[in-house]
Amino acid sequence: MRRGFTPWADPNAKPIVRFDAVSKRYANTVAIADLSLDIYEGEYFALLGPSGCGKTTLLRMLAGFEAPDRGRILLAGEDIVGVPPYRRPVNMMFQSYALFPHLSVFNNIAFGLKQDRMPKAEIAEQVGKMLQLVRLEGLADRKPHQLSGGERQRVALARSLAKRPKVLLLDEPLAALDRKLREETQFELMELQSRLGTTFVIVTHDQEEAMTVAHRMAVMNRGHIAQVDTPQQIYEQPNSRWVAEFVGDVNLIEGKLAASANGVVLEDAQGRRFRAGDGAQARPGAPAAFAVRPEKLKLALAPPPADTLNTISGRVVDIGYLGDVSVYKVRLDDGATMKASVTNATRLAERPIGWEDRVWLSFAPDAAVLLTA
Amino acid sequence: MKARAARNRLSGRWLIAALPYLWLIAFFLVPFLIVLKISLSQTAIAQPPYTPTLDLAAGWEGLKAFLGQLSFSTYGLLLQDDIYLFSYLKSLQIAALSTLALVVIGLPIAYGMARAPARTQAILLVAVILPFWTSFLIRVYAWINILQRDGLLNDALRALGLIDEPVAWLASDTAVYIGIIYSYLPFMVLPLYANFQKLDETLLEAAADLGCPRWKTFFVVTLPLVLPGLAAGALLCFIPIIGEFVIPDLLGSSQTLMIGQTLWTEFFANRDWPVASAIAVVLLVLLVVPIAFYENVQSRQIEER
Ligand SMILES: Nc1ncnc2c1ncn2[C@@H]1O[C@H](COP(=O)(O)OP(=O)(O)O)[C@@H](O)[C@H]1O
Ligand SMILES: [Mg+2]
Repeated sequence: MRRGFTPWADPNAKPIVRFDAVSKRYANTVAIADLSLDIYEGEYFALLGPSGCGKTTLLRMLAGFEAPDRGRILLAGEDIVGVPPYRRPVNMMFQSYALFPHLSVFNNIAFGLKQDRMPKAEIAEQVGKMLQLVRLEGLADRKPHQLSGGERQRVALARSLAKRPKVLLLDEPLAALDRKLREETQFELMELQSRLGTTFVIVTHDQEEAMTVAHRMAVMNRGHIAQVDTPQQIYEQPNSRWVAEFVGDVNLIEGKLAASANGVVLEDAQGRRFRAGDGAQARPGAPAAFAVRPEKLKLALAPPPADTLNTISGRVVDIGYLGDVSVYKVRLDDGATMKASVTNATRLAERPIGWEDRVWLSFAPDAAVLLTA
Repeated sequence: MKARAARNRLSGRWLIAALPYLWLIAFFLVPFLIVLKISLSQTAIAQPPYTPTLDLAAGWEGLKAFLGQLSFSTYGLLLQDDIYLFSYLKSLQIAALSTLALVVIGLPIAYGMARAPARTQAILLVAVILPFWTSFLIRVYAWINILQRDGLLNDALRALGLIDEPVAWLASDTAVYIGIIYSYLPFMVLPLYANFQKLDETLLEAAADLGCPRWKTFFVVTLPLVLPGLAAGALLCFIPIIGEFVIPDLLGSSQTLMIGQTLWTEFFANRDWPVASAIAVVLLVLLVVPIAFYENVQSRQIEER
């Protein structure tokens, strides 16, 4: 990622794409509800959300295949609602790739250029460049059915980039690839994006993918945007229980805010008090939750010193070995469970914590995020 | 015991594999060889009306004598009288023009059907197939009713004020074309419809996304992708139309003399079985070209799956 590339933080920056209070409904489902969103030039922007939350609909409205019922969609400052897809300077890479089966790889990539009546020699040159870009030089004469899944994916990418769109739209572009190829391609896409400087808007339901590739991401839920921010901010500072739980694993400690001189204090139903380092000027007595990521919990076999903050005790009920980390499920004395993940820095035989062991969990005040929504 | 069961199973499988060949030999190759044999004979006032006939009782000598009497002279006759060439050409002309018309009419119908909502599609499909529930002959007779001097068509045109005097539709090329197009339309529409329906909608979106307007997308994406269906439909119409007999006979005039009618005349009116057979053999040879093309299209389509 480019250092210091934060156009969203610049109040004078003009967005290249702006959704302005956009709503869209199908027969009886609300797909997009009064959604506003700015995307800046050169951004690699991810739309993340569970299946059916409206990601594809948003992308298709940008491409021109669906019209919003209400609201405006601005591209480089111009309202493009009503402009047919074939006149929009954006291109889309389809989830199914949508390669023309009767055309060769060359002609698939050249298709968009021919629509612009580009001279033959220039078309050949541009297609050659695109083939080089996606490393498919030798396959220009193949038909799509003679390609592997990964090769087809790259042809689709080359075709959508050939016209040098202002914005490239990618609808779950890697969903059909196997895991290893998907990870490789993620990095290739990032590299490509920063080299070309084209604005990418990618739709995905895979949070790891979104967090890997994107400068910023919008977490969507039921046609709304739950939070827009950088992957780090969304992971470290989720703005609601829903976002905290959707992105990554999280432990939520529910309770009421208590009056306190320094920091934020939460008192749970058992009367245990937890302290977080910061937090908004919270009103005492209001219901709230602390969110603590599993890797931020410290796990110990012996009770910590008596004055240690934020300590809970319980029994290990499950251990998930994931290779790089192990996840311990701990049942607290009140019946709730918490997850703590520990990096497996040592070999298996040397790790002392086992099933049914009594353990003490603790977290630093700045590891907890106060959530009121 | 076991070995016999295995052998039985094996021969059973062999029988299934051989079945289509047995069918073709029994109902295609053997009749064709008989027709070929008759075309190499000469007319005679006898029963059957040609010589030589194969006398199997005479054995080897009889077969030799029989083969010695066969000749290609009948095929020479076909060249001597213009009527044969004329009716071959007329058949080709009618088949080619009506296939063209069927393509032009069938394409939008099939396209419209495939684009219709799912429930409407089912209804439209039934509507296309429905005429098959009534006899083909009755439907052609119905066209006589429609096209005759005081028939439905003239009545309608007069009511609309488009004509003053009734038009003589019947006994003309026009009537034959109408009858053929009407009768063969389902054979054009159905394979085309199947292809249109298979067409992936996102391909059309991809074309639009890449800057291609809708009308152009039809020609550069849709049409090439339904070409196999178009070829299948066209050949499914073209081949049987060439041999069509009933429609030109009932709706046409003496000017619309198609090869089927010439064949009928030779066979039944003139009792010239050798000439009739020779016409049939030549027709078959002429049709081998489009049939082979059709086969080629079909197998290519299967390969691309
Ligand atoms: N063409 C359509 N007709 C009716 N409902 C649709 C259509 N497309 C999408 N929807 C509905 O709109 C909602 C959002 O869909 P979509 O944008 O495809 O979600 P996502 O891409 O996030 O999975 C879903 O509830 C879906 O069922
Ligand atoms: Mg989707």
